[in-house]
Amino acid sequence: MTASSGAASPVDHAPAPTWRRVLSHADFEIRGLVRNGEQLLLTLVLPMLVLVVLGRTSLVDLGPDRMAVVAPGVLALAVMSTSFTSQAISTAFDRRAGVLRLLATTPLGRSGLVAGKVVAVLAVEAAQVLLLAGVAVALGWRPTGVAGAALVLVLGTAAFVALALLLAGTVRAEAVLAGANLLWVLLLVGGGIVVPVDLLPGPLAALAGLLPSGALGEGLRAAFDGQGIAWGPVLVLVIWTGAASTLVARTFRWT
Amino acid sequence: MSLVASGLVVRYGQHEALAGVDLALEPGRLTALLGPNGAGKTTLVECAVALRRPDAGTLRVLDRSPDDPALRTRVGVMLQDGGLPLAAPAGQVLRHLAALHARPRDLGELTERLGLTRVLRTSVRRLSGGERQRVALAAALVGRPEVLLLDEPTAGLDPQARLAVRELVGELRADGTTILLTTHLTEEAAALADHVVVLDSGLVRAAGSPASLMGAEQGLRIGIAGNAEVLRADLQRLLKVPVLASAGLLELRATPTPALLHKVTGWALQHDVQILEVAVGHRTLEEVVLTLTGRSLR
Repeated sequence: MTASSGAASPVDHAPAPTWRRVLSHADFEIRGLVRNGEQLLLTLVLPMLVLVVLGRTSLVDLGPDRMAVVAPGVLALAVMSTSFTSQAISTAFDRRAGVLRLLATTPLGRSGLVAGKVVAVLAVEAAQVLLLAGVAVALGWRPTGVAGAALVLVLGTAAFVALALLLAGTVRAEAVLAGANLLWVLLLVGGGIVVPVDLLPGPLAALAGLLPSGALGEGLRAAFDGQGIAWGPVLVLVIWTGAASTLVARTFRWT
Repeated sequence: MSLVASGLVVRYGQHEALAGVDLALEPGRLTALLGPNGAGKTTLVECAVALRRPDAGTLRVLDRSPDDPALRTRVGVMLQDGGLPLAAPAGQVLRHLAALHARPRDLGELTERLGLTRVLRTSVRRLSGGERQRVALAAALVGRPEVLLLDEPTAGLDPQARLAVRELVGELRADGTTILLTTHLTEEAAALADHVVVLDSGLVRAAGSPASLMGAEQGLRIGIAGNAEVLRADLQRLLKVPVLASAGLLELRATPTPALLHKVTGWALQHDVQILEVAVGHRTLEEVVLTLTGRSLR
């Protein structure tokens, strides 16, 4: 090293501006998600399969306008895959490998880490929504109320990212891998995310409406159907976000 | 002082990893923290970067609390487990870490210096142990830290890589970086450090310059087959100089004159003691540490 690159004046020790640190981390996370084939299966391939199978066949009785039910549900499923399943798994393995420890010693900081993850999740979701909605429109979907749907998507993302961090920050990585995938399947089948809550059997219907999956699914279906913002599901998502974030702040272990 | 610890205590359950450590790092100097495995070296480094909270005592880094965000650009750390994201290519990891600083070190120069240019596109998982170590070192250096904490930086490196790392650390020190380096390699500490702190079982056993620790006085060390403890008193009575004994080694605290050597070999002949090794001069740092921390495995 030359003298110019050694310990220098305090001016040299400024961190990069916050937005650049957050974007750099978001970029790093997105590259990680794209690199990871299994995550891509969960976030894109399986939702696409559900969209085409439920949209083009009558395996499940979804009423006369199948796409109005299936398309919002598949978008909700894709959002849940990215913000919950894949985020929980990647964060848990980062924690086990000591990556979170390392990042905690850098100017990124803990808030920058979370902000970077949220930006990465939103960016991946934007790509998912464009792709899946494009295919759904090609299959005959005619959505309205896009602004209200966007609000529900962001709230659902917040709730699921908080839940992902809650799981990743307290449970060991292998258990998170198994648990997050199992939850994905359970919520797909009975969580009110793709199959509307009122088509589920009695007690499950009552429960699913209170789950973040059911709230996200119902909220999106209502918004895209031109019914405006469904405040019930919005309230459910806000409560889940608040409760999970509070628990994350108290229980998250960085090592 | 760049880092000051006083009465630092860290407990893991019943076990005290640090049992009241006092330590001061002088600005621009290289301090080697030397000690066997489990001495508490890593715990101390973790406290300095706020990864671990002390149970008692105080710790200040650049006159700030270790969890002060302002330190994240001024303190570089190389942790023992690295903590590098395994799936990402090494170059991507380093570029990300560099982007967190307003004026990072030139990555091209740094990676070339550490022999990493050819592995920048390789995922961290597929790097050799030594390559990973060097990526972790580059990660610690990328923000031009004023204080550099290196936890076993040369562990697992081949001789060439060890040399490269030592040269780089030496240059950083010459540039005025304050460095704390933990190691259990005594010759590394003796060669690099301005100041050596010997840590064992969570306590500082000795501190000083390598020369002062090794002692100014000359001595004579004799490795023997047989029980040194039993023979020590006999030899001391005969020679009338202080004799220390530890497993297989007798240490005479006296100027090693030809007459003294002659007496020792005469004594060995008379008692039929087989001499395996004779060494004259200063004690090595290794011997100092073994004397301070004991010779048996724990």
